[in-house]
Amino acid sequence: MTPRVLLIEDEPNITEAIRFILSRDGCEVVTLADGLGAVQAVRKDVPDLLILDLMLPGVSGLDILVQLRSDPATARLPVLMLTAKGQGRDREAAERAGANHFMTKPFSNDDMRAAVRALTGR
Amino acid sequence: MPRSLPPSSLSLSGSLIRERRLALGLRQGEVARQAGISASYLNLIEHNRRRVGPDVLDRLATVLGAEVASLSEGVGGALADDLRAAAAASPSAQAELERIEDFAGRFPGWAAVLAAQHRRVGQLEQAVGALNDRLTHDPYLSTSLHEVLSALSSVRSTAAILADTEDIDPDWRARFHRNLHEDSERLAVGAEALVAYLDGSDAAEEAGIASPQEVMEGWLADRGWHLAELEDEGGLPGLQAEVAGLASAAARSLAAAFLAQAAVEARALPLAQLAVEWAQDADPARIASLTGLSVLAVIRRVALMPESRAGLVVCDASGTLLFRKPVEGFALPRFGAACPLWPLFSALARPMTPILACVETAGRAPRLFRTLAICEARLPQGFAGPQLREAAMLILPEDGPRPTLQVLPLGPSCRICPRSQCPARREPSILAESA
Repeated sequence: MTPRVLLIEDEPNITEAIRFILSRDGCEVVTLADGLGAVQAVRKDVPDLLILDLMLPGVSGLDILVQLRSDPATARLPVLMLTAKGQGRDREAAERAGANHFMTKPFSNDDMRAAVRALTGR
Repeated sequence: MPRSLPPSSLSLSGSLIRERRLALGLRQGEVARQAGISASYLNLIEHNRRRVGPDVLDRLATVLGAEVASLSEGVGGALADDLRAAAAASPSAQAELERIEDFAGRFPGWAAVLAAQHRRVGQLEQAVGALNDRLTHDPYLSTSLHEVLSALSSVRSTAAILADTEDIDPDWRARFHRNLHEDSERLAVGAEALVAYLDGSDAAEEAGIASPQEVMEGWLADRGWHLAELEDEGGLPGLQAEVAGLASAAARSLAAAFLAQAAVEARALPLAQLAVEWAQDADPARIASLTGLSVLAVIRRVALMPESRAGLVVCDASGTLLFRKPVEGFALPRFGAACPLWPLFSALARPMTPILACVETAGRAPRLFRTLAICEARLPQGFAGPQLREAAMLILPEDGPRPTLQVLPLGPSCRICPRSQCPARREPSILAESA
């Protein structure tokens, strides 16, 4: 079965690159460009994996994650967090909020593929 | 008659031969026949899977009506070096090092882009290293750096896609090409803004961002880290007037104290004497014993000699850096704690024990330095008061052959140090291990 990945990232060129990489690796990739409406979008159609940028316009990635973890329907949804800041405290905050994996920009495409495969059980 | 070239320069001729043949609309078999070789052999040559010898190249050049030189462009040494460095920086990608020439031959433009991006990444990582320790203190830098890192992330992923995906759809290729261009522009603008920000000490002072220590060090840097007036009688008041014009009261106070100390030390060890003694034997302890000055004072004098290439860091007993004179290739953190492996801190733990070391900095271009560190203790309130310690480390670029002393690997500060396996690491680095 084709894993469905929801990518919430406000940088369009990063979105295109990730979409290309994962699509060629057998994923169906759906994208959102900001945090507004993200929680509703996830609840409406829960993906197999959520890739979530930490710093988003509208609502931050951390806030989205906290909301998702508080909902039984999405509490166990695999979430990969992205950040461009690389701050130790960002990683800690993401882990506390329940992120399954954390990647720092700039990331390698191989690492992204490997993380997505692991999180989608492939 | 076409001019022959040595075999070593013929490695990429295949791609050029193929380009030329296709441009002329000639069939491979026809060209091969006229050149006296088999079509299958020419096919291997054109795909850079066989090196073409000088004689065959001469014949092919004649058949194709081209100069040998125009068919013999090899991978430039710098390009090959950059591609190898790019591969080394991403070991997990397992780039096919043995196919560098093939890659550069088949996609010379993309090879140049990859090499250029690798160099750019190196430059930006240096900028990141210099800036990261200010992140939590400076929202402007935090935002700017976020912008640069985002663009860098896009460039890295996009360049890797283009390099790794042979069967990419032309529309996607064009789109990624455009994205690379956009992000390169963003990187250029972002990097320029950051550099301008870092260089703009005046703007930082106006914005109230620079610390008193930075203001004082900025004043010394503007004077070339040498106060010539102190070498002459009567020069001190002019300097005191300058210091009185610094931005904040705290900076003025720091600078005035520094000036008073430097004036005393300049009188005790005149520049002419210092220059002679230093040229004779660059040992601050020996010069101290000759002059009656403390070793710390001689170290300060040496660092502030005119045209001195020596860097200097001074810390108190808490390890807080009190003074930083930068030296190229040895990054000094502006905020936060420095690398615990610095000999400065070894000296701090053992007052009056000189620590001579050869150190190698971390990063893409490691540099060797000789460091001379010492800690001195004083009792400003007598036996009943606390003992105060001050340590200094003179940092001298080691330009000659690798020294016989054991080399100590160290970094600037854990946050911006790429030595992931360092036993002294306090926290993860933001830099890739391969950096």
